Amino acid sequence: MLAREVLQELIQALGKENVLSEQEDLMTYAYDATAAMKHRKPDVVVSPLSTEQVAEVVKIANRHNLPIYTRGAGTNLSGGTIPTEGGIVLSMLNLNNILEVDQDNLTATVQPGVIIQALNDEVIKHGLLYPPDPGTIATATMGGSVSECSGGLRGLKYGVTKHYIMGLQIVLANGEIIRWGGKTVKNVTGYDLVALYTGAEGTLGIITEIIVKLIPAPEARKSILAVFDNVDKAGNAIAAIIRNKVIPATLEIMDNVTIQTVENFVHAGLPMDAEAVLLCEVDGYKEVVEREAVLVERILKEEGAVEVKIAKDDQERDLLWLARRSALPALAQKRPTTVLEDATVPRSKIPDMLKAIRRIATKHNLQIATFGHAGDGNLHPTILTDDRDSEEMKRVHLAVEEIFETAIALGGTLSGEHGIGIAKMKFLDWEFGEAGVAALRSIKEALDPNYLMNPGKIVRRD
Amino acid sequence: MSIYDSLDSINEELRKCMKCGNCQAVCPIYKETRQEVGAARGKISLLEFFLSGEIEMTKGLADRFSLCTTCMACNNNCPCGVRFDKIILGARAEAVRKKGLHPVKKIAFTALKMQRLFDLGMKTGSIFQGVALKNIPNRYSKLARMRVDIGIGKNKVFPMLPNKTLRSELPEVNTVKNPKMRVAFFTGCMINYFYTDMGRAMVEVLAENDIEVVIPKDQGCCGIPASVNGDVDSARILAKRNLRAFDKMGADALVVACSSCGSAWKHVFGDLLENDPEFKGLADIWAEKSYDISEFLIHKIPFKKEGLGKVSRKVTYHDPCHLNRGAGVNKEPREILRSIPGLELIEMKEPGRCCGMAGSFSLVHPDLSLQISDRKTADIAQTNTDTVATGCPACRMQLQSGVENANLDEEVLHTIQILAESYRAGKKEGKSI
Ligand SMILES: Cc1cc2nc3c(=O)[nH]c(=O)nc-3n(C[C@H](O)[C@H](O)[C@H](O)COP(=O)(O)OP(=O)(O)OC[C@H]3O[C@@H](n4cnc5c(N)ncnc54)[C@H](O)[C@@H]3O)c2cc1C
Ligand code: SF4
Ligand code: SF4
Repeated sequence: MLAREVLQELIQALGKENVLSEQEDLMTYAYDATAAMKHRKPDVVVSPLSTEQVAEVVKIANRHNLPIYTRGAGTNLSGGTIPTEGGIVLSMLNLNNILEVDQDNLTATVQPGVIIQALNDEVIKHGLLYPPDPGTIATATMGGSVSECSGGLRGLKYGVTKHYIMGLQIVLANGEIIRWGGKTVKNVTGYDLVALYTGAEGTLGIITEIIVKLIPAPEARKSILAVFDNVDKAGNAIAAIIRNKVIPATLEIMDNVTIQTVENFVHAGLPMDAEAVLLCEVDGYKEVVEREAVLVERILKEEGAVEVKIAKDDQERDLLWLARRSALPALAQKRPTTVLEDATVPRSKIPDMLKAIRRIATKHNLQIATFGHAGDGNLHPTILTDDRDSEEMKRVHLAVEEIFETAIALGGTLSGEHGIGIAKMKFLDWEFGEAGVAALRSIKEALDPNYLMNPGKIVRRD
Repeated sequence: MSIYDSLDSINEELRKCMKCGNCQAVCPIYKETRQEVGAARGKISLLEFFLSGEIEMTKGLADRFSLCTTCMACNNNCPCGVRFDKIILGARAEAVRKKGLHPVKKIAFTALKMQRLFDLGMKTGSIFQGVALKNIPNRYSKLARMRVDIGIGKNKVFPMLPNKTLRSELPEVNTVKNPKMRVAFFTGCMINYFYTDMGRAMVEVLAENDIEVVIPKDQGCCGIPASVNGDVDSARILAKRNLRAFDKMGADALVVACSSCGSAWKHVFGDLLENDPEFKGLADIWAEKSYDISEFLIHKIPFKKEGLGKVSRKVTYHDPCHLNRGAGVNKEPREILRSIPGLELIEMKEPGRCCGMAGSFSLVHPDLSLQISDRKTADIAQTNTDTVATGCPACRMQLQSGVENANLDEEVLHTIQILAESYRAGKKEGKSI
C-alpha cells in the first residue's frame, strides 16, 4: 500500500488526472506482452506531462525510497515493464510530441511517448525514413524501443535502433536532468552515454527526449520468395547472397512448422511441405532494385531453391509479408502459451542453429517453431506450450537453457533484440562471466545507487 | 450458452489473446486517454483477473468495462482474431448479473429522463422545447442545445423534435401502384423521434422503386442500448416484441437505416433468444431477410438509376462502425452516392474511425465522446466538402453536433436522403424538359 503522503505529493506534482491509484487501473499495469511471466500490480501509476514533472516524480521516489518502473506501450517481450517490487509505474505516453524534423541535418527530435509509426508518418512527408521497424511499429514508443534497442525486419541493411540515436535528454536516478550527444555526426566528448542508455531498459534513468538520425526513403523495393527442401541449402543461400555483395533490406526465414501454421492461418500460397522458405526484399534506386532482384533470384536458384517467386505487384508483396508478420500470432493460436526467444548467432551459423533447435525440440519432446531475421542471425525459436502444465514447463525451461547455451557456443548472444528484463537475467554470466556481471553491476550502482530505476531487471541485487 | 448468459462462452476468445498490444493502435478510447484500460488488452486482462478470482466485480470494474464504444476496430486489427465485441458484451452482462442493474442505472436513468423529456416535448410541442432546449440558428435544420445539464453536458447539439413521430405521421402500409415487393421498415427510436426526415426518405426511395412499405405500429426500441450495457432481460423483452410485430404484418424483406438496429435484427436477436424454442426460429427467419437500406438497394433490387436528377453536392462519407466492420457494408453507400449525377465524393482521412457516439457511451462519458468527435470533425473539415453522408442516425447526431460546434458549413445527411433528393430533382428535370 502506498502511503497517503506519497499519493498527495504525486497529485500535487502532476495533477489528479495524471495519477491512477484505484485497483482496477493498477491491475492493467501489472503485465506486458511477455508470456508466462508472473504479474505484479504497482502501487500507483503516474503520467507526467513534461521532463520537469518526470524529475519531480524521481525526487518524490527518492524521498520515499520507492522503485520507478518506466513504461511505454508495454509491448516488450522480456518482462521489462512488470513492476516486480511494486512502487511507481511511470507511463511516458503523455510525452508524445514530435518536437522537430530537421531536414538540413537529417534529424528528428521527439519525446519518448511518440509511437514509432507516428514519427515515420511525419518524416515521410519530407521523403525521409526512420528505419528501425519492430513488429510493433504501430504501437511501440520511441522511448521503449530506444530502451530495448529494438531491431526489426530491416536490420540486415539498415542496422537497429542504436545506429539511429544521436542524442538523449535523461532524468538521472537522483532527479538531475542531463543532455548527451546532439545533432552532430561526430561527437567524442566524454563517455558515450547515449550508447549506454540505448538498450538500458530503463534501469539507469529515464529518457525524456530523443534526437534520431533520418535517411532518405528508398525509392523502390522488390520482394522475393524462395522455397527449400533442405535447411542447409537455405542457410547456404543466405551466405551466398551476402557473398555476392547484395545486402537486402530484409532476409527472413521460416521453418517447416512455421510455414504449415502460417499457411493454415493466412493462405498466402506457401508450400506446406517445404523445409524452409526465405523471404527477401531489396530496396533502393529503381534501377539498382531491378538489377539486384534478378541477381538474388539467380543466386537462390543456384543454391538449390526448388522454387523462386518475385512478387509481381504490391498485392503479392503484401501477401508475402502478411504471411511473415502472421508467424507469431498464428503460432500463438496453437497452444495457450507461446514462449518466444531471440537468441542470435553470426549469420554463417544459421543452419547450425536451426539444426540444434530441432534437436533440442526432439530431446525435450516439445513443439518448437523457428522463424526470424536470418540475414542478421537473429532467430525466434518459439516454444508452443501451456503454462498450466508444470511438468511441460520444466522441459520448456531446460530447452530454453540449451538454446542459450548453443547460441553462445556458436559465438552468438542471449538476446538479439528483446532485451534481458527479468526473463534472461540469470543467464548473463554465461555470456559475460562473473567479472562481466560485476562490471555491469558497477555501472548500475554508479548511476542508480539505490536501485530505484526498474529494479529486478538486467542486474540482480545481491 | 450465449455470451449474454455466461462467461464460459467467451473463455475461448480470452485465451486467444497473446497480450501483444496491437489493439492499442486503433482504439479511439486509448488514443484519447493513453491509459492501458482504454484498449482491449486492458479490459481483457481485467476480465481474466476477475475470472481467476484475483479481483472482484466492483462498481469500479463495471465502470472500466463501460470504457468501450464497441466500435470493433480492435477486432479487425487483432493478429489473433480475438472477437473483442463478444468479450465486452459478455463482461457487461456479467457485471449486471453480479452487481444487479446498478452499473447501468445511470445510463438507463439518463436515457429514461431523456425519453420522458422527448415524449413530453412531442405532446406539448414548441412551448416545452423552448423551456428544455435552446434553439440554435442553422441554415439546414432545426437544432437545439440543452438549457439544463441533465448529466450529458450542454455541448451536445440535438435536432429539434419534430411535431409528430414518424410512426404516427406515416400510415402502417404505404402502398404503390404495381408493387414488386413488400418490405417492412424497422424505424428504430432515433428515426422515429428525431430524424423523421430520414424515415420519409426511406419510404420515398422505396416507393420510387415500386416497393410497398409496411411500418408495423407495434414495433419498439431494438434493445441494443440495453444489450450492450448488460441489461439482457430488457433486451429479450424488446426482441420478442419486435419479432411479434413484424411476424404479424409479414414481408418479403426487412430494411433498416440505422446500424444498431441492423445488428439487432441480423445477430443480436438470435443470440439473445438462442435458448428460446418459441422465438429462436423466428429470429433466424428475420435475420436472414434483414438488410441495411444501402445493401438492399444494391444487392437485393438493383435500384432504379434512370430518373436520378442532378444533386450538386460535395460529399464525404463517414462509415458507421456497426455497418462497416459489423455488417461489412461500406462499398454500397459509396456506390449509391457515386451513381448520383453532379455529386462529388471526397474521402476523409480514416472514414472508418469511430465518431464516438456509441449510443449510451456518449451519455456516460460525454467528455471522452466529445474528444473522439473532435478528431472526426477535424478530418471532415479537411475535405472541404459541403455535405457529410453517413448510414446511421446516431452517427448523424454526433457528426451534426461536431460540425455545429466547430462552425463548419456542412449539412449532415443519411445516404438515403441524398438519393431521395436526386429522385426529386429527376422529376423536376423531367417536367422542365
Ligand atoms: C508481436 C510483437 C512483435 C515484436 N516484434 C519485435 C521486433 O521485430 N523487434 C524488436 O526488437 N522487438 C519486437 N517486439 C518487442 C517490443 O515491441 C519492442 O521492444 C518495443 O520497442 C517496446 O516498446 P514499448 O513502447 O512497448 O516499450 P515498453 O515495453 O513499455 O518498455 C520497454 C523497456 O523500456 C523501458 N522504457 C520505456 N520507456 C522508457 C523511457 N522513456 N526511458 C527509459 N526507459 C524506458 C521500460 O522500462 C522497459 O524496460 C515485439 C513485441 C511483440 C508483442
Ligand atoms: S491485439 Fe488481440 S491478441 Fe493482441 S492484445 Fe489486443 S486483443 Fe490481445
Ligand atoms: S471496440 Fe473500439 S473502443 Fe472498444 S476496445 Fe475495441 S477499439 Fe477500443
